[in-house]
Amino acid sequence: MLALEVRDLVVEVDGRRVLDGLNLEVPKGELHVLFGPNGSGKTSLILTILGLPQYKVLRGQIILNGEDITFLPINERVKRGIGVLFQNPPQIKGVRLGDVLKKLAKDETPMEIARKVNFPAFYLDRELNCGFSGGEIRRCELTQLMAQKPSFLLLDEPDSGVDVENLELVGSIINELAKGRSGILITHLGYILRYVEAQRAHVILNGKIACSGRPIEILDHILREGYWWCDKCKEMRGD
Amino acid sequence: MTKMNEAREEEIRERALKALDKKADYGPDIDLSSFVRSPERLEVKGLDDLPSGVREQAVMVGVRPDMKERAGTYFQLDHSVLFSGVSKYFDGGVEFISTIEAKKRYDWFSKYLWRAVQVDTDKYTAFAALEWDHGYFLRVAAGKKVTVPLQSCLYIYRDKLDQNVHNVILMEPSSEAQIISGCVVHPNVSRALHVGITEIYLMKGAKLTFTMIHNWAEGIDVRPRTGIILEDGATFISNYINLKPVGSVQTYPAAYCNGENSTAVFNSLIYGDKGSVIDVGGKIILEGKGSKGEVKSRVIATMNAKVYSRGLLVGKREKTRGHLECRGLLLSDQAFIHAIPELRGETSGTELSHEAAVGKIAEEAIYYLMARGFSEEEAVSMIVRGFLDTRIFGLPEPLQREVDHAIDIVLSSSL
Repeated sequence: MLALEVRDLVVEVDGRRVLDGLNLEVPKGELHVLFGPNGSGKTSLILTILGLPQYKVLRGQIILNGEDITFLPINERVKRGIGVLFQNPPQIKGVRLGDVLKKLAKDETPMEIARKVNFPAFYLDRELNCGFSGGEIRRCELTQLMAQKPSFLLLDEPDSGVDVENLELVGSIINELAKGRSGILITHLGYILRYVEAQRAHVILNGKIACSGRPIEILDHILREGYWWCDKCKEMRGD
Repeated sequence: MTKMNEAREEEIRERALKALDKKADYGPDIDLSSFVRSPERLEVKGLDDLPSGVREQAVMVGVRPDMKERAGTYFQLDHSVLFSGVSKYFDGGVEFISTIEAKKRYDWFSKYLWRAVQVDTDKYTAFAALEWDHGYFLRVAAGKKVTVPLQSCLYIYRDKLDQNVHNVILMEPSSEAQIISGCVVHPNVSRALHVGITEIYLMKGAKLTFTMIHNWAEGIDVRPRTGIILEDGATFISNYINLKPVGSVQTYPAAYCNGENSTAVFNSLIYGDKGSVIDVGGKIILEGKGSKGEVKSRVIATMNAKVYSRGLLVGKREKTRGHLECRGLLLSDQAFIHAIPELRGETSGTELSHEAAVGKIAEEAIYYLMARGFSEEEAVSMIVRGFLDTRIFGLPEPLQREVDHAIDIVLSSSL
C-alpha cells in the first residue's frame, strides 16, 4: 500500500521548469531520503506536494493515501495528513510559537512539546522564526510537527544549521514522528542519517529521479564521487 | 475667583473667540454648527441604572461599570457626569472629579487649564473653551502609587451631539498611576462630534500610563487635543487603540519633556476600516537634558480607509534620544497608509532615528500558517492579530490582559 505516489509530475515556477516528469512511490510506514545538487528540484517537490500556488502543475498527479490531492488547497492537504518542516520558514511578527502550538496540539500542552526539543518556556513567547538561529528554526518547526502529528512528513533539511549536540535530538524526534508514519526527508550532507532510520533514498537531477537505492550506500557514493556518479547509476539501472 | 484668574479667563475667552474659524492643520474640516449643543438630560441614578447596551459597550473599551479592580471611575454620558469617585483604598491620595467641579473647588485649578494645550490651536480647542462639557480632573497625591487602573468613560448617547470634554491630570511628585480611558458611542447615533482636550502635568519623578481605547462609529468625528508637560525624571506612556470604523479622527498629541531625564512614549494600534479617515501620531519635544522619546505605531488599513501615521521628534538638548517606528499593513488596494516620520535635531548632542515600513501581508506567511492546517481566513486573522500585538507596549500584566481582551472583542467582529 502506498502512502504517496507521484506520477509523471511536471511543474513550473514563474515559467521555469523545476520538475520534469518526476515519478516517486513511498510505501506506507517508510521514510525516504532525497539527495540532489542545489537547484535539482528537491525543495520544489516538497513544496509542490504541499500545494504552494506558485508551483504550477502542468502534468501528472500527486496521490496521497489513494486520493488525488494534486489541486487541493494547502490546508486541505494538511487535513489529509501532510506535515512540512520548512527549510526557510518566514518570520511572522506578533504570532507566537506558544499560541500556534496551543491551536494545533490535541493531547499535549505547548510546554510539554517545547520540553521535548529542549526549548525553555520563554521560547513559547517568541514570535515565529524571528531572531532564531538555524538550529532553533529546525526545533521550532519540529515542535509544530509534533503538535500536528501528520501522517506524511515532508522534511526539508532538518539537519541544516543544527549543532552536533542537537543533531541527535533532532534525529530522535524525527524517528518518533516517523514511527508508523511515512515521509520524505531532504538532506545535503546526510549527517542526520546517523540518527534517522530511512528505508530508501533517491537522487534528483534536473527535476526527475535519477537513481534510487539504500540511503547509506547512495550517500557514500555521493560523498566520495559527487553527483556525476548518478550517471553511472543510470547505467547500472540500465536506463 | 481671584482677579488674576478672572483676567486669564477673559484672555482665554478672547483668544478662543478669535480662533473659532481657524481650521486645524490636519484632518477634514468639520462644520461645528451642524451639531446639537443642548441635549435632553438623561435621568440616570448611577452606573447600575445605565440604559440598555451602554454597560456592554463600556466593557468593550476596557471600562468596568461594576468598578471592580478599578482604583476610581469617571463616567460621563453626553454632557452629564453620571459618576465620579475613587475606591476607599485610595481615598485621600487620589481625586477624580469633573473639571467644572474642580474649578469651583480650587482657585489654583485654573492655572492648569490651557497651558499644555493652547486654546487658539484651532477651532476645536476654541469651541471646547467656549462650550465646556465637563471632562475629568485626576489628581494623584505626591508619592502615591495607584497600583490598579483608574478608568474613565466618555459616552455619546444622543444623536448629532457635540461633546466637548476638558480633562486635566495632575501627577504630583513621585506619584504613579495608570488610567484606561474609553470613548464610546451608542449604536443609535448616526452623527456626532467629540472634542477632547486633555492636559497632563507630570511633576518630578511621576509616572503615568495612559491607555485610550476609541470605539466610535461611522459618522462620528473626533478631535482630541492633548498636551503633556513632564518635569525631571517623569515618565509618560500613552497607548492609543482605535479599532472600529469612525468618520474621522485627527489628533497629534504633544509631549514636552522639559525635565532632565524625563521620558515620553506614544504607542498606537490602529485598525482603519470602511471609510474611516484616521490622522494620528505623536510629537515629543526633548527639551530636558537626557530626556528620551519613542513613537511606535502599528497601523492596518482595509476597505477604503485612509490612515495618516505621524511622528515628530525634536531634540533640543544634549544627551537626548528618540526613536520613531511605524509599521503599516494594507489589507485592501482601496485603502492607504501614509507614514510621516519627522526628526528635527537642534543640537549635535541629540540622537534621533526612525524606521517606517508599509506593505501587505506576505503571502508566504499565509501559506506557512496554512501548512499548519489553518484556513486562509484563519491565517490572515492570526497575522493581523499578531500585528496588533500589545506586548510591544510593555504594559503591566493585568492592564495588558484587559487591553488584549478589548482588542479581541473588537477584532472578532471586524475580521
